[in-house]
Amino acid sequence: MSAVVLDHITKTYDDGKVVAVDDVSLQVAEGELFGLIGPDGAGKTSLFRILTTLLLPDKGSATVRGYDCVKDFKAIRSRIGYMPGKFSLYQDLTVKENLDFFATLFGSSIEENYDLIRDIYEQIKPFNDRRAGKLSGGMKQKLALCCALIHKPEVLFLDEPTTGVDVVSRKEFWAMLKSLKQQGITIVVSTPYMDEAMRCERIALIQGGKIMSVDTPDNIIAQFPVTLYAIKADDIYRLLTALRNEPAIDSSYAFGEYIHITLRNGSDIDTLRQQMEEKGHAHVAAKAIRPGIEDSFIRLMNQA
Amino acid sequence: MKVLRYLLKKEFRQIFRDKTILAMMFAMPTIQLIILPLAMNFDVKHVKLAVVDNDHSSYSRQLINKIGASGYFKTVAAAPSFRTALTYIEKEQADLVLEIPMGFERNLVREGEQKLGISVDAINGTKAAIGGSYLQAVVIDFNKQLPINTANAAPPSGLINITWSNWFNPLAEYRFYVVPAVLVLLLTLIGGFMSALNIVREKEVGTIEQINVTPIQKWEFILGKLIPFWVMGMIVFTLGLAVAWGIYGIWPVGSFITLYVFAAVYLVALLGFGLLISTYTNSQLQAMFVAFFFVMIFMLMSGLFTSVDSMPPWAKVIANLTPVTHFIKVIRMIVLKGSGFADVYPELLYLAIFAVVLNGWAIFNYRKTS
Repeated sequence: MSAVVLDHITKTYDDGKVVAVDDVSLQVAEGELFGLIGPDGAGKTSLFRILTTLLLPDKGSATVRGYDCVKDFKAIRSRIGYMPGKFSLYQDLTVKENLDFFATLFGSSIEENYDLIRDIYEQIKPFNDRRAGKLSGGMKQKLALCCALIHKPEVLFLDEPTTGVDVVSRKEFWAMLKSLKQQGITIVVSTPYMDEAMRCERIALIQGGKIMSVDTPDNIIAQFPVTLYAIKADDIYRLLTALRNEPAIDSSYAFGEYIHITLRNGSDIDTLRQQMEEKGHAHVAAKAIRPGIEDSFIRLMNQA
Repeated sequence: MKVLRYLLKKEFRQIFRDKTILAMMFAMPTIQLIILPLAMNFDVKHVKLAVVDNDHSSYSRQLINKIGASGYFKTVAAAPSFRTALTYIEKEQADLVLEIPMGFERNLVREGEQKLGISVDAINGTKAAIGGSYLQAVVIDFNKQLPINTANAAPPSGLINITWSNWFNPLAEYRFYVVPAVLVLLLTLIGGFMSALNIVREKEVGTIEQINVTPIQKWEFILGKLIPFWVMGMIVFTLGLAVAWGIYGIWPVGSFITLYVFAAVYLVALLGFGLLISTYTNSQLQAMFVAFFFVMIFMLMSGLFTSVDSMPPWAKVIANLTPVTHFIKVIRMIVLKGSGFADVYPELLYLAIFAVVLNGWAIFNYRKTS
């Protein structure tokens, strides 16, 4: 059985003028760490809100652990943990009070599921009596995760949990998710950061409310259909403008200190480099590289 | 029940933690109750008078002295002509102009008849009307004591002599009328505003999102919000009664039980009103504006300042459609008149209807899913 099923879900706002989610279907397997990857405004949060029974879809159906998101919302609410993108715990209550509060709402207690949150909670325990509003960003995020976990949910929904958190905390956070997954919790997480996609077992690339691809990160990269080259020269901006006007180029975009390009059929990279050098670009270097998830995303986005 | 108990615990914890709001909740009613009734005085005193005496006779001087001695008027100017006297009114230095024509004394003595001119600045309608009639009363009194009238000896038979007394407020003091009403208004502010803002704040901060995904029941959440503010409201009400007694010496003539029963039902209605606002608004600013809109109507149409009975029919309908009107009416009846439960129970019925309708509407409109 799939833990989460979305079946042709559509959600619009403003009487259909804004399409947030456009005919999305996907399945998340039991115990999976699933990532929704897409830029801001792609429709990730709307999907989360539908799955957490906070938003009614216009069309289609969705189930979580076999329960319908519209009809069986009560059953779902006691089985899921949700961490919204915006920190939404009581800032004027202390760490312990927040945790106690959410445990009680779910008819549980901190002690009952202490094992589940121990690793995370131990880190914020020294600040038990500090008000949540006075915590640092990373601490807040840990507290929010604790509160979402306190009732031992079967499925955990994390909406952009690492946005606005420093690199070290982000790393720690993903390590925490991994250990939670080992305890059998299905985790659906969204992020705008492509590098985090690699840490998920399977990902869905989402853009403009549409799913572009669903697969393991490695497969998505493997499906990259052509060879990707990285090219650079002394004046990188002049090179980029030149490449854009080059008929042999299929796509080109700046990527760090390099420009990533793909070529049209029949063109070859050595000829291109020579051409560029002849045009007066100094120190042109080009090499074939393995595409990353971001390259796949950009390619899919341009095709759409 | 365990959930509800914890919700209440959390709610009180938050209320007591926000020192500013807590102070405002108790300091505001106390201070306002002490200050407002003193300022809201409709007794007209210090009416500024400009006199134009064209006669300069002993009669005219007697009249001017009499007016001065009445205690209500302050002669600000003795103008040489009506035209100059009018400039005092234009500059707002005088409220009234009394013009005594030439030959005032002569005509009175010879003809037994004389006219006086009174001009009134009617921008402040109340002051104008009352000041004008005070002045008239003084003139009538002056007229009676004129030798020409007293000399005629034998008072006309069959004269109706009126003696009168003020019931329930013997000295007809304005504060007795205003203090109970201001207390109601403050209770309205606490009950209506605080509950609306509190729930909207949860929306604004996003905590409601987190609450909504829990299996918590709708009624648990709503009761968890209503009960704390109901308790606070009752405390504020008690505090207000204490201030009314301590500062103004107003001790309810009627029973406290009746008073508290009404306050309890009234607060439920008001909290429902706040809850209703919170279901329609998304930010504290919006809630504040909507609440303000209604509170202004409540203030001006509830009979706090003006009598509901003298409003035009359509306004009377609106006045009766606000719970405030009913409670103000009742609290005056109980506090000043000592009305018993039997006298006021229809009003309780009104308040109960408000409580049921407002809360029912709010609960109906409160959704965990959008």
